[in-house]
Amino acid sequence: MIESDVKLVYQRPIGFEERGTHYCPGCTHGVAHRLIAEVLEEMGELEQTIGVAPVGCAVFAYNYFAFDFVEAPHGRAPAMATGIKRTLPDRMVFTYQGDGDLASIGMGEIVAAAARGEQITTIFINNTNYGMTGGQMAPTTLPGQVTTSSPQGRDVERQGYPIRTAEMLATLEGAAYVVRRSLHDPRNIRMAKKALRTAFEVQKQGLGFSMVELLSTCPTNWGMTPANARVWLAEHMLPYYPVGDFKVSNAISFEKQGGN
Amino acid sequence: MPAKGWVEINELYCKACELCVTDCPSKVLALDLTRLSPKGYHPAMMLHPEACTGCGICAVVCPDAAITVYRGTKPGTKTEGEVGHGS
Amino acid sequence: MARELIKGNVAVAEAAVRAGLVSYFGYPITPQTELLEYLSARMPELGRAFVQAESELGAINMVYGAACTGRRTMTSSSSPGVSLMQEGLSYIACTELPVVVVNVVRGGPGLGNIAPSQGDYNQATRGGGHGEYHQLVLAPSSVQEAVDLTTLAFDLAEKYRNIVMILMDGSLGQMMEPAELPPFQPFKTEIPDWAVNGESGREKRVLTSINIDPPAQERTNIRLMSRWQEIEANEVRYKGYYLEDAEYVVVGYGTAGRIALSAVREAREKGIKVGLLRPITVAPFPVKEIEALIPSTKAFLVVEMNNGQMLEDVRLVVSGRKPIAFYGRMGGMVPYPDDVLQEIEKLASGEINFDEHPRDRWLAQMRAEFGTGA
Repeated sequence: MIESDVKLVYQRPIGFEERGTHYCPGCTHGVAHRLIAEVLEEMGELEQTIGVAPVGCAVFAYNYFAFDFVEAPHGRAPAMATGIKRTLPDRMVFTYQGDGDLASIGMGEIVAAAARGEQITTIFINNTNYGMTGGQMAPTTLPGQVTTSSPQGRDVERQGYPIRTAEMLATLEGAAYVVRRSLHDPRNIRMAKKALRTAFEVQKQGLGFSMVELLSTCPTNWGMTPANARVWLAEHMLPYYPVGDFKVSNAISFEKQGGN
Repeated sequence: MPAKGWVEINELYCKACELCVTDCPSKVLALDLTRLSPKGYHPAMMLHPEACTGCGICAVVCPDAAITVYRGTKPGTKTEGEVGHGS
Repeated sequence: MARELIKGNVAVAEAAVRAGLVSYFGYPITPQTELLEYLSARMPELGRAFVQAESELGAINMVYGAACTGRRTMTSSSSPGVSLMQEGLSYIACTELPVVVVNVVRGGPGLGNIAPSQGDYNQATRGGGHGEYHQLVLAPSSVQEAVDLTTLAFDLAEKYRNIVMILMDGSLGQMMEPAELPPFQPFKTEIPDWAVNGESGREKRVLTSINIDPPAQERTNIRLMSRWQEIEANEVRYKGYYLEDAEYVVVGYGTAGRIALSAVREAREKGIKVGLLRPITVAPFPVKEIEALIPSTKAFLVVEMNNGQMLEDVRLVVSGRKPIAFYGRMGGMVPYPDDVLQEIEKLASGEINFDEHPRDRWLAQMRAEFGTGA
């Protein structure tokens, strides 16, 4: 009998609970969740992690991760994370937030947390609208983009311009690692995973505030198939929100972490 | 011989989003339009299993972590031109 | 331990430290800023956590996070800042976490001023934040009492997994009095079995205030309300002065109660048989204690530094069985003992027309004396 040549290449990470998610088909929240679970498992940090869930589509994120979680009021996750991390400095604490939670109602909290250099990691899901409540305009909605509260398309004269949060937070001394990645194709997903790994390593080594902004799709509220939504992201979001590293503290050494 | 592999798709999690179908470089996958999963979706399936290289790209893009990927020879299968081995 | 001359804000801060406070999150606002400033040095000195948050909104949410870990945590603020905290308090209440909040009340509403007031009574005792919850509200009337109630606050918060608010008016935060600070308590080593703290070797824990399924939210509310009933039955605290033979009873808390005590003593010297009931817990309210006084009391006088808020709680208990008069100052004005004495004398002389709502009579008097500024 020949020896089995079977190799397991990939299976569902143990940090991702064995239950279906409520996210829409093709929504990249699931990809982000999966990557976070993979990274924390690879780092051996699952049991020591405490996540802070937002108000938004990911409000039930605590049902999908197999570790301790708390639920924050809308926008306040960075403050809750601060309270937890300052009390338990040796745990891994992260917030997971969407456009409204982080860049609208929570803008005060995220700027302050980054400025204070809180040793927390924030994963920011940017899909240019408020998904949970049915697709309203967000601080990340693009000029001309139609949403349920900008039905003629975002008019910058009356409704202002979108905010590039990663670039903005990168100006703060307390921010150690602030990058933007995207989840719209396999190559970018792989890059996103590396960035998440680096962000969590930055926290582990106490180097300061880390954030990974993840360009994401919202097929349902954009009115597209998941595959077309990814194309829309690439054509419309990437030019305004470029993938890149906006703040990388000198203290971060990539050879050690295996991230990028 | 080119790399071979196969995938298992968990129908409890698959939401028929077709991202794996779109991204598979070997065009192995398709939705199974002949049946529905317990959730009411047409689950993804290997339409051309012989073309699967076990690259894992489908699992990388799956938002529901519904896909398990293996490389090697799937137990219980024989490839063309291969003499059966073992007992 | 020796007594020292100490400022109210600082005394409360140090009392909290000695009660085993692990973390403090706050924001400057007059007249409680000294509490934050003192802890900004004291907490790091002891290797404990201190953050001056970006706002009171940030502070209460940091407290929320810290409370989730099961460790002792506290914030402090004053009226406008406490308004900002109401969202967080509602969430904390529904998540059933022990939290201590100090409100050093100032003149309002609005930005108001920085002078002492009791204008937040309704906000504190009726919830303040949205939804059905209650917080324990402790009202000291001296720096020593504030110290003692701070230690008690943490114990009660943990005993009931409830918010405890220490309601001090501005004068108590600012004034200096001799007080004895308690001995140091060690940190609690026992971690509650609900705490989210990333511990190895156990099932994951989740703390949330969302109950998307209405029956589950209803059960939560039944549980919260039942807990409040238990608190009402067991945790009322008050102090009575000269009540044994009192024909007239003054009801006042905090600084108003303290000032009323001076007036009561003077009235006694003039031969008026008047006593004082000073609630120490305004929530739960000393219902039974006031009820017990009704048969022997000819009339009540409620004295507050607001527009008559505890007045309504007294009226609820008395339920029209005996007459009630009201005297108050607002907007940062503090009553004078002589003015309270005058009201006691009016009460005892039968001058007062009790057909009128006590607030109406008082307000007409206030309009006449001070005007509306219109």
